[in-house]
Amino acid sequence: MAQQSGIFHEDYRSDLQLRPTTMQRLRLVLLFVFLFGMPVFAGSLEMRYANNILIALIGSIGLNILVGFTGQISLGQGAFLAVGAYSSGLLVVYLNVPWYLSILLAGAITALIGGFFGLPSLRLKGLYLAVATLAAQQIVQWVLRNWDPIDGDINQRVGEALNIPAANFFGHRLNDNEYAFYFVVLFFAVLAVLAATNLFRTHIGRAFIAIRDQDIAAEVMGVHLFRYKLLAFATSSFFVGVAGALLAQHSTSISWESFTINVSIQYLAMIIIGGLGSVSGSIYGAIFITLLPQIIRGLGNGIEDALQLVASAESQLAAHFAERFQDLLPRIEQGAFGLAIILTLILEPEGLRKLWQNIKDYFRLWPFSY
Amino acid sequence: MSPNDLRLFIQFTMTGISEGALLALIALGLVLIYKSTDVLNFAHGEFMLLGAFITWDLMVNYQLPVLLALPLAGAIMILVAIAVERLMLRPLIGKPVISIIMVTIGMSSVIHAIVGAIWGPKRQVLPQLFPEILEGPGLRIFVEGVRRPAQMSYERIYWVLVAIVLVLLFVLFFRRSRQGIAMRATADDQQAAMSMGISIQRIFAITWSVAALTAGVSGLMVADFDTVSTSINEVVLRAFPVIILGGLDSIAGAIIGGMIIALTEQYVSGFIDPSLKNVVPYLVLLLVLMARPYGLFGEKIIERV
Repeated sequence: MAQQSGIFHEDYRSDLQLRPTTMQRLRLVLLFVFLFGMPVFAGSLEMRYANNILIALIGSIGLNILVGFTGQISLGQGAFLAVGAYSSGLLVVYLNVPWYLSILLAGAITALIGGFFGLPSLRLKGLYLAVATLAAQQIVQWVLRNWDPIDGDINQRVGEALNIPAANFFGHRLNDNEYAFYFVVLFFAVLAVLAATNLFRTHIGRAFIAIRDQDIAAEVMGVHLFRYKLLAFATSSFFVGVAGALLAQHSTSISWESFTINVSIQYLAMIIIGGLGSVSGSIYGAIFITLLPQIIRGLGNGIEDALQLVASAESQLAAHFAERFQDLLPRIEQGAFGLAIILTLILEPEGLRKLWQNIKDYFRLWPFSY
Repeated sequence: MSPNDLRLFIQFTMTGISEGALLALIALGLVLIYKSTDVLNFAHGEFMLLGAFITWDLMVNYQLPVLLALPLAGAIMILVAIAVERLMLRPLIGKPVISIIMVTIGMSSVIHAIVGAIWGPKRQVLPQLFPEILEGPGLRIFVEGVRRPAQMSYERIYWVLVAIVLVLLFVLFFRRSRQGIAMRATADDQQAAMSMGISIQRIFAITWSVAALTAGVSGLMVADFDTVSTSINEVVLRAFPVIILGGLDSIAGAIIGGMIIALTEQYVSGFIDPSLKNVVPYLVLLLVLMARPYGLFGEKIIERV
């Protein structure tokens, strides 16, 4: 971790601090003021987006631990989210486990299953491993679609949604209220960020990074490859499982359709666009990918209004475009998503995190930026 | 085995062979790109989509005859492939695997969006491609004691023949032609190839063009078996296990892997449970990878620190 010059640590305590400077601490305080103050000024819809972002953030941190920090490419994120969501849901429905406990248990169960699908990583690397994790995705998806008892009541039809009773907090139903749920998700998100940041200050996290950089060299230096690769799969899956469980508790009705391979790709896009191998990168990526469709839709509605204005001034072509625009919006969304990935990789491979760093550096070093 | 089971077995084998030819052709395109550029092309399905839609558009909306539409579609595919290679993959040479996977995934998203925006979500029927030399319902095999025959339409037989011819051309191209040998040299060691006077850039352009052409042909094949629709690209999900099973860099592996996967798919979904069709390839894959981490015929890479 590079630090700007002029900061000197005089004892170990200050050297170990996550935020050594006063300005950094001030920024953190401001961030928390913003996070806690948000429900005051945000509407219900904004709170919904905030909740989605926070859930995506936990999942993308999980994926980044595996892909960005340990270098094991996984296309099975959707499957692991599904395992988390369904274990939380089934625990609540069949075993009457309280919802908060079910979230943690779901994390543990997903960690186990993630570890199991991590077994091939002992022998497989790179593209071979990526396709093997695709196998996890396909297998879990098949189970969800075809295995009767997993989808709610036995007499329910195969492939239907699993309905979960709403989470309760001292008699308040949390799902109806985006504001109340926000604090639940925020709690887990802060915990996840803190845990992930600290993970890479321990010997386990450093072993992960060593495996990513050069696994043979890591092994020579005494990192037990198999153990740490499995541990990476399990740790990552724990985060993802918690995210899945929160997703289930948030929407109260889950079906296999929300955990397809497209979800895996979306999460990969988050960590690529945000920044591989960085916790803050996962956060930026989660925000970007979650908000992208909303932004496009907002822009699209603006353009559509403009087109209709022109159309009323009797232009055939504009009228035609305005008509087709609503059909095209999903396509535009899809295209923008792909374009965002490509542009990030070509222009700034280290992602939004690096972009933000560059902006900060520009102002800090101005006017002598060399 | 009852006579009806025997008939079913023959039927599944026949369908399996034609599906296997399709998977092998798709896998061939993927292996080709991997061999010479070290890229696993996740946008291959979208190239298939593009090929099918362009041909359909030329034949239906522009009323071109088959013999004109196919070369024209091929030319467009080559242009797209070269553009993709120049603009997106060349800047990423030497970057980690994950970046290259993600750029092809991003590309697939963009191409899919463009195809969807131009041609819409409607399913279309591809006009007849092959001249009607033989009329009738196709090849029929009767089993004693069962009235219904096992059956394979002439269309499917033609496509199997096309696939076989293409594969043979491939092998000849790689073994005999100057460019093919240059491609193999590049795949083996880029720096050594360069120092022997091979233009790597030209090799990459040729590779992507040839791969896009095979993708276009396999897209047409899917469209002809079923319809022209924006879900043609999903067939690629069945071809990924094939290339990993056969070994990422082995042409023989692609062909044998394609047949193994397609036949297992047919037998399992026919005799056990149709819903298993999409999972079986991956189950077979996991089992094979446990025993042979580089697939059946993949080259074992010896790593040094």
